[in-house]
Amino acid sequence: MIQTPLLAALAALVLLALPGGAQAQASDAAALQARNWAAACAGCHGPAGRAPAGAAVPGLAGRDKSELVRQMQDFRQGKREATVMQQIAKGYSDQQIEAIAGWFAAVR
Amino acid sequence: MHRREFLGALAGTAALGAFGAQAASATGKAKVVVVGGGYGGATAARYLREWSGHGIEVTLVEPNASLVSCPLSNLVLAGSKRIGDITLSYEALAKRHGVSVVRDHVSAIDPARRVVRLAGGGTLPYDRLVLSPGVDVLSGEIPGLAQPGGEEILHAWKAGPQTVDLRRQLEAMPDGGTFAITIPLAPYRCPPGPYERACLVADYFSRAKPRGKVLILDANPDVTSKGALFKQVWATRYQGMIEYRPQYNTIDVDPTTRTLKFEVQDDERADVLNVLPPQRAGAIAVASGLATANGRWCEVDFLTFESIAVPNIHVLGDAIQIAPLMPKSGHMANQHGKVAAAAIVSLLAGQAPNPEPLYNNTCYSFTSAREAIHIASVHRYDAAQKTMVTVPGAGGLSAAPNALEGTYAQAWADAIWTDMLG
Repeated sequence: MIQTPLLAALAALVLLALPGGAQAQASDAAALQARNWAAACAGCHGPAGRAPAGAAVPGLAGRDKSELVRQMQDFRQGKREATVMQQIAKGYSDQQIEAIAGWFAAVR
Repeated sequence: MHRREFLGALAGTAALGAFGAQAASATGKAKVVVVGGGYGGATAARYLREWSGHGIEVTLVEPNASLVSCPLSNLVLAGSKRIGDITLSYEALAKRHGVSVVRDHVSAIDPARRVVRLAGGGTLPYDRLVLSPGVDVLSGEIPGLAQPGGEEILHAWKAGPQTVDLRRQLEAMPDGGTFAITIPLAPYRCPPGPYERACLVADYFSRAKPRGKVLILDANPDVTSKGALFKQVWATRYQGMIEYRPQYNTIDVDPTTRTLKFEVQDDERADVLNVLPPQRAGAIAVASGLATANGRWCEVDFLTFESIAVPNIHVLGDAIQIAPLMPKSGHMANQHGKVAAAAIVSLLAGQAPNPEPLYNNTCYSFTSAREAIHIASVHRYDAAQKTMVTVPGAGGLSAAPNALEGTYAQAWADAIWTDMLG
């Protein structure tokens, strides 16, 4: 979730200022946020991004994060044609795409 | 996410780590009862178990032995699917996810004692209740439906036996006959569904009864969803077969002569009548005082889906008073189920819910047995307005009906059914 240098620096400052338990809680909150956002993709891509066998819509689970980010950015910028994804991708910010892609990449 | 919001989330939202939901119930584990096993309720039940690390006891109360999907059910009318193709088992929800599935009706909710009463006689205590009752079809608003023969005039707006019976009526209709579908004023379940149904009945007629006619009598001023696309299909593929009439508000029916009566226009007779009466939230929600909007729909807090009227009750799916541009769709009910599940897991652990829900809707409609069109949107929580709003510039429609999206519509169903039911 923390992707830009500025955000990372800000987050680090905040984390330094918090007691140990709060640090863990903050990173857990970010993880939960990413999980919740990623869950909204399951309606088409399957639970946790695991597409049913033989599905026409690709799975997302365990895919390379940078590849997922690049594809979302290509959809968003109109560099890649699609039926639906070029419309959905425009609804997500850079940070949201990073967080969601990171969550799917970590699914084993 | 904006920086300030991110810092706010850091400061305000603590998280769960390895989870153990310990609430005030006597057995130690928190109890959530989910009423209604459709797209919203089944999804909530599954994710409550999964996201609590099986730390919450979840009981799903559903009167039907299996789930018959409303999405794709119009393909049964077209004859390209059988009812078995859209009938789904609760077995994995029980066996894989550990949800207790109780086949019963809920007769009453006692929010003060936090107990659900079952028609079969038992009671279920809850810490939090999820109510996903779908819609009630208000047949009483079309008085003739209660007259002799009225039982043969179907809505088939809850997939199941009526879907099969309506298919039989279409098969029995002579070539050259007319199928008339009436549409109530919005809001109703599945805005594009009636127009999809008109297309698929026409698709069946074009193969089996080429002189058959489809008459759409719509109480609304215009097609309520995907209007330009549907009208294009009616003017081309189904030219001369489908007739669309807006502002036809059906107020009664005569079953003996199969005649429809309208607020303004002259009567219309047809061979197969498919009357969609006005709708409201499922009866249990209305009886429990949750239908705070017009006595018809349940207003909720979109961070948690908790009722604004009754604490500890979360209402999902078609029964809610929708946010702007949020359709009453199965896909949206599935999203509601996950937002509510995440919020309930947090609340039962004494934590704040996710402050930034963000989800999408993708709704396919078949225009023939093979081709489909879609409408898509992205929805985010707006803290100032305290509702969900669509993200500007996102979402959209198909350019034209196409077979690729017919394939994607089936893939969508397979994926979301797995997401709901495991």
